[in-house]
Amino acid sequence: MENYAVEMLHITKRFPGIIANDDITLQLRKGEIHALLGENGAGKSTLMSVLFGLYQPEEGEIRKDGQKVEIRDPNDANALGIGMVHQHFKLVECFSVLDNIILGVEPTGKLGLLQKQQAREKVLALSEKYGLQVDPDALVEDITVGMQQRTEILKMLYRDNEILIFDEPTAVLTPQEIDELMQIMRNLAAEGKSILFISHKLSEIMSVSDRCTVLRKGKYIGTVETKGTTPAELSRMMVGRDVKFAVDKALVQPGELVLELKGVTVASRRHKNNAVKNVSFQVRRGEIVCIAGIDGNGQTELVYGLTGLEPLVAGQILLRGRDITHASIRKRSTMGMSHIPEDRHKHGLVLDYSLEDNMVLQRYFQPEFTNKAGFLKRKAIRSYAARLIEQYDVRSGQGPVTRARSMSGGNQQKAIIAREIDKDPELLVAVQPTRGLDVGAIEYTHKQLVAQRDAGKAVLLVSLELDEVMNVSDRILVMCQGEIVGEFDPKTVTVEELGLYMAGAKKEG
Amino acid sequence: MKNSLLKKDGFQTLLASVMCILVGLLVGYIALLLINPGGAWTAISAIIKNFFYYPSGAARLRYLGNTLVKTAPLLLCSLSVLFAYKVGLFNIGAAGQFVVGAGASLYCALGLGLPWYVCLLAAILAGAIAGAISGVLKAYCNVNEVISCIMLNWISLYGVNMLLNLVKEETSPYTKNLKNVNPGALLPSLGLGELFSGSQYVTIAIPIAIVMAVLIWVVLSKTKLGYELKATGNNKNAAKYAGMQENRNLILTMAIAGGLAGMAAALLYLTGFEQWSCSQSSVPGMGFNGIAAAFLGGLNPIGAIFSSYFIQHITAGGAYVDKTMYCAQVSDFISSIIIYLCGFVLFVKLSLNNRIARSEEKKATKQAGSSEKGGKK
Repeated sequence: MENYAVEMLHITKRFPGIIANDDITLQLRKGEIHALLGENGAGKSTLMSVLFGLYQPEEGEIRKDGQKVEIRDPNDANALGIGMVHQHFKLVECFSVLDNIILGVEPTGKLGLLQKQQAREKVLALSEKYGLQVDPDALVEDITVGMQQRTEILKMLYRDNEILIFDEPTAVLTPQEIDELMQIMRNLAAEGKSILFISHKLSEIMSVSDRCTVLRKGKYIGTVETKGTTPAELSRMMVGRDVKFAVDKALVQPGELVLELKGVTVASRRHKNNAVKNVSFQVRRGEIVCIAGIDGNGQTELVYGLTGLEPLVAGQILLRGRDITHASIRKRSTMGMSHIPEDRHKHGLVLDYSLEDNMVLQRYFQPEFTNKAGFLKRKAIRSYAARLIEQYDVRSGQGPVTRARSMSGGNQQKAIIAREIDKDPELLVAVQPTRGLDVGAIEYTHKQLVAQRDAGKAVLLVSLELDEVMNVSDRILVMCQGEIVGEFDPKTVTVEELGLYMAGAKKEG
Repeated sequence: MKNSLLKKDGFQTLLASVMCILVGLLVGYIALLLINPGGAWTAISAIIKNFFYYPSGAARLRYLGNTLVKTAPLLLCSLSVLFAYKVGLFNIGAAGQFVVGAGASLYCALGLGLPWYVCLLAAILAGAIAGAISGVLKAYCNVNEVISCIMLNWISLYGVNMLLNLVKEETSPYTKNLKNVNPGALLPSLGLGELFSGSQYVTIAIPIAIVMAVLIWVVLSKTKLGYELKATGNNKNAAKYAGMQENRNLILTMAIAGGLAGMAAALLYLTGFEQWSCSQSSVPGMGFNGIAAAFLGGLNPIGAIFSSYFIQHITAGGAYVDKTMYCAQVSDFISSIIIYLCGFVLFVKLSLNNRIARSEEKKATKQAGSSEKGGKK
């Protein structure tokens, strides 16, 4: 009889029209790091919601230390020592780190006055023990994403949780922060905490986990010892077929100049300095130029300046030789610039609009979709959307009239890609186009980018994923602290070399 | 079948509206019972009956006409609120824009002796400017439109009181009688009055208001402008990303909303039905009732036609409550309770939706369970 911290046995959870979890068994050993792997929609989140008491399963049971338990709501889960770090942090932005940690379990003395000293000591002790560096008095809104995550982890530890769930914890972190997190997780496991680690990034699972349970389309595929497996086998289990990691790319000779930036400088919204400093580069037809770098080094602001969302402080932007430095966003768009934005919910979609209305977001004003009197041509919009849905395989519940909000993240992204590519642009600006997507959708997106390149378009890709940078691009520009610090050929440079430039340890010229 | 009807958005809104009305009447009735149990039933039925209070058909028609005369401006106020709301703005300033419209139309009529159509245009323009001020503040200074609107309401009220002091009767605080001073400023009736037992107040204001409702519906749902404005309201960032001029759209929306509220005032005061009291120290309730009418109508311009009528119907009905049993304020008190509860339509609709979703989930679970068991045999 093995010693399990928590067991979920034969869990079945149904929703209308779909079985989200179909007879799934997950056994978490004491002190292990157990990865839960699956594509978007495989049922990982549902299973964790069952464990956290947010859903009640129709069948199956949950055992804690061998005893059958009922988890009716998150309070029950907390009482059993189960804690969770959600993908989107649940922190009060204008509170200090310490206040966030004690939120809900505030130590109080007589008269209900807060006694923070005790709490502070406990937090500092925990932070030292597990190597979780935080400043207890800093406001959450002022600290980095990595420190916010450490605050979330301390929240669980402060409550003496023994079972820690991490829901896609690396999605928001820089490569360095990911390494730190991995180390923290190992420390926690070494101290006897049991960790459930939800992810679809194979490299992380291989590096940190002891065992891995794979789900596919709501079904249990298997549990394997990480030591005895390979990334290829895991991805086959996850997707159900072989996945190619390398992108097929024919050699294309770059053609005429499409985009040219000269000394572009963009102000920062967060601090008084400029976020982008004197950046110059060119993109030609038939090449994918990739801006690599750690999140927060000016890439977002560079794209804002390029696409017109923010004004430039200095510099000049030329699109096919024409100065667009002061052109409106609409003007840039009609001149042939397409933009797959970094944040599809903030910029890419009007979530409460239908899919068809989102499909024409960049073109609704053209004579094809609006007549001279200013009335929308509904029929034309419908058939246009139907064509894009068909051609780009955008899946949704009710076709063109589906609310964008109700679609899965992958299909929302496909809709944006379809819209931006179908505009037949001269220049495609794609910012983290595969963020939060599963393996299948990533493959699809990369294929589309390469197809655009092969069709003679200029593609500017901004990415934080080194795999993507190495696989897709023809030329790599590394950005660090608002400057371009190096230019590389992906065929000759190594990931380690890039990392040094990204971290600011090395600089060209 | 029953479920599919329940799931239709329009039907849900209707159902939620009817439920709110019933609960409002019930709470109003309970309040009457608490104040004076003896007359409660008579009082609540008087409110519901409104013009049916009168035994003769001719009188009923005349007072139906009077109710409609005040429905028209209420409808425009509710259009003003819902139009802004669709674009993500809460135009609590409809009341103030209404006041500005009243000031402009009455001054043009009484002070400058201009014909009705010029007075009407002046009211629209004045309301639009008042609305645009809040729009500009929102767009360029990020001032919350609710705050700036509320403050403008008071500035408008006292400004208009001062302006209309120039054209008031010598012995009373009311503005001069339009009929005596400038009959050309009265809205034409085109014989509509004849349909309502010769009511002198029934004018083209009523058909104009309905046409405006249809127009607003068309603009919002059929045009490029509506597409842009709603996109801006739903997601300002996406609108900017798509190259829409979100600041221009914000200002334009507030100007249109203000214009509608200003027009509302002209459609009331240019009938001669009411005179402006230059000593009033509270913003007229018409603009605020417009908020309730907009929500009761499910934020649909066509729905607003019916909800505006209902609200005006019970407001007018309040006048028939027996004043010997209740104090004079009770009619307004009861109609405000009902109007207040009318604002809950969205909330009721949401809980209705949740209920349907839950029962469906249960049913589907049962079905899935039983079919699976059947399959295993």
